Amino acid sequence: MSFTIIAETNGDSLHPTTYQLISAASNVGAKSIVICPNGEAASEASKIEGVEKVISVVGDCFDIFDGSAWSAALNSVCEGKILISASPNGREIGARIAAKRNIPIIQDIVSMSEGITVTRPIYSGKAVETLTISGDAVITLRPNAFEAAALGNEAPINIVNQSADIKIAIQEAINKASERLDVTEADIIISGGRGMGSIDNFSHLEKIADIVGAAVGASRAVVDEWGMPHRMQVGQTGKTVTPSLYIAVGISGAIQHLAGMRSSKYILAINKDPDAPIFGVADYGIVSTWEEAIPALESALSELKS
Amino acid sequence: MKLVRLVKLKHKKTFERHRGENMNIAVLLKQVPDTTAKITISAGKVDESLVSKWSMSPYDEYALESGLQMKEASGGVLIAITCGPERAKKMLTDAAAVGADTLVHISDEGVKDSTHVQKLLAAAVKKFGADIVLCGKQAADTNGGSTGPGVAEILEVACVTLVSEVNYEDGKITTIRPSSMGTEKVSLNGMGVFAFDKGSSELRRPNVRGIMMAKKKVIESITSGDLGVELGISNITLDSQTPPPAKAAGQKFEGAEHVPTVVSKLRNEANVI
Repeated sequence: MSFTIIAETNGDSLHPTTYQLISAASNVGAKSIVICPNGEAASEASKIEGVEKVISVVGDCFDIFDGSAWSAALNSVCEGKILISASPNGREIGARIAAKRNIPIIQDIVSMSEGITVTRPIYSGKAVETLTISGDAVITLRPNAFEAAALGNEAPINIVNQSADIKIAIQEAINKASERLDVTEADIIISGGRGMGSIDNFSHLEKIADIVGAAVGASRAVVDEWGMPHRMQVGQTGKTVTPSLYIAVGISGAIQHLAGMRSSKYILAINKDPDAPIFGVADYGIVSTWEEAIPALESALSELKS
Repeated sequence: MKLVRLVKLKHKKTFERHRGENMNIAVLLKQVPDTTAKITISAGKVDESLVSKWSMSPYDEYALESGLQMKEASGGVLIAITCGPERAKKMLTDAAAVGADTLVHISDEGVKDSTHVQKLLAAAVKKFGADIVLCGKQAADTNGGSTGPGVAEILEVACVTLVSEVNYEDGKITTIRPSSMGTEKVSLNGMGVFAFDKGSSELRRPNVRGIMMAKKKVIESITSGDLGVELGISNITLDSQTPPPAKAAGQKFEGAEHVPTVVSKLRNEANVI
C-alpha cells in the first residue's frame, strides 16, 4: 500500500510538516510516494525513511501560488489516498484535487490509524469526530499533531514536466513592517489580551519573545479595540495555533480564544483573576498581574538562556 | 447560463462590462452552531437539537459584507446561497435583512460529504448566473476550508483564499491576500471565487425596516434533482462524535514569586524551553 504525499517546502528545504505526513503514512503501514512541487527539496525527501519514490513535478506553473495551476499540475501524478498539510495552501490544493477527482476530502485530522480511521476536532475543539475512509480520499493533517519521520533512505527521484494555466497575477507585493515570526510558524507564542492595559505594553512581551525566539500573538479584543494587526490574532476569527508552548498573558480565555490555542502542547497562563477560564486549559498557571510576573519571567528566562 | 458565457470570455476583460452593467454576486453561506453555544453529545453523536443558537458562520459574514459593499458600489443583485437542513432558511432571512436580494436554499438531502456540497453549490451558482462568488475561508463547525477552492474547481475558475478585500480597478477584479512577506495584491482576468478571512470592514447590523422586509422575502427551495446533480455514495463514513479528551488539571501558583519555579518546570518537566 502506498499513499501520495504532497510535500510542502520552505525555500529549498522541506517544511517540517512533510516529515509528519510521511510518518503518519508509515504508521498505518503505507509507503510514501512524495510529490515535490517544482522539484524543491526532492533530494531531501528521497532520504526520509518510508519513502518509496519521489516525483519532482516541474514547470512554469509553480512561479506563483495559484491553487488552480498547482492542483492541475500535481493531480496528474496523484493516486489513491493523498496526504497534504492542513496549511492554507495545503487545504486549497487538497480541496481542488478532491473536487477534480470527485473524491471526498477530510481536513485537519489529528490522528490516523489502520482501517483507515482518522479523527479530527470539530466545533473548534468542543468535540472530536472519528471517520472511516474506505476508498480514495484527500486527507489534510494538522501541523505538529504527528511525529516526524527520520532520515535514512535513498529513494529514486523521477522528474515530470507539467504545464498548467495560471488564472491569477500578482500585481504588487506589500511587505509587512515587522520581521517577527508568524504565530502559525512559531514553536513558542506569547500572547497578550486586554489585561495588558494598552498596546504599548506589548513591548514587554516582545522582550520575552526575543529571549526565547517566540512569536507575539494577541486576543480578539486587542485586535478589534486597540488596532493590533489581525495577523497576530489567535482564536476563532484569527489563527489556530499548535506551538509547543503558548504563554497567555492578561487573556481571560473566552471560548473563541480557546478554540485557537487549546491544542498547544503546553499552556502557561498569567492572569490576575484566579477564576479566569484560561486557567481551565493551562498546564501551568500563575495568578499575578503582568506588571509583576513579566519582569520575573524575563529575568528567569535570561538566566536560563545565558 | 450567464456564467458559462463569462468563462468563455475570460481573456477579453470580462469585468469591463460591470462598469456600465449590473452584476450578480453570489455569496455562499453556512449556518453553524453559534461559537458561544454549548455542544452536547448523546449516543456518540452531537445532539443538534440541543444547540441553543444557530448563526451564520463568522467568516461568511465578512464575505456577505463585502458582497453588499460591492453591490452598493457597482449595482447588481446579491444572491445568498446555502446548502443545509430546513433550519438554515432562518440564516437566509438574516442575510436578506442586511440586503441580500435573492435567497436560495438547497436541500442537503443525500449529501454525504463536502465534495457533494460543493457540487450542489457550484450548480446553483451556474443556475442563478453569478458573475462572482464570495464565501468564508472556512466554516466554524468543521473549519475545513474546502468549499471555496472546491466550488472554483468544479466551475473551472480561479479562487483566491484568505482574502481581506475585493475591489475593481481598471476593469479588473483585484484582491488582497497574505503572502510570506506580508500581503500581496492579486488580479484575475475572469470569473473567480473569493474565500474571505476576517476583513477590515465593520459588519453591518440589520435595521427594523430590513428585518420586516426580509420576513416577506421568498426563499427559493431547490433540491439536488432540480439542479441535475447526482450525488451518489461517499468513501467516508462517520463512526462517532465524542467529547474532546479531558486534559489533566494544571498546576496553579499564586503570586509572581513562583515565576522561577514555573520556568524551571517548563524546562525540566515540559521540556519546551
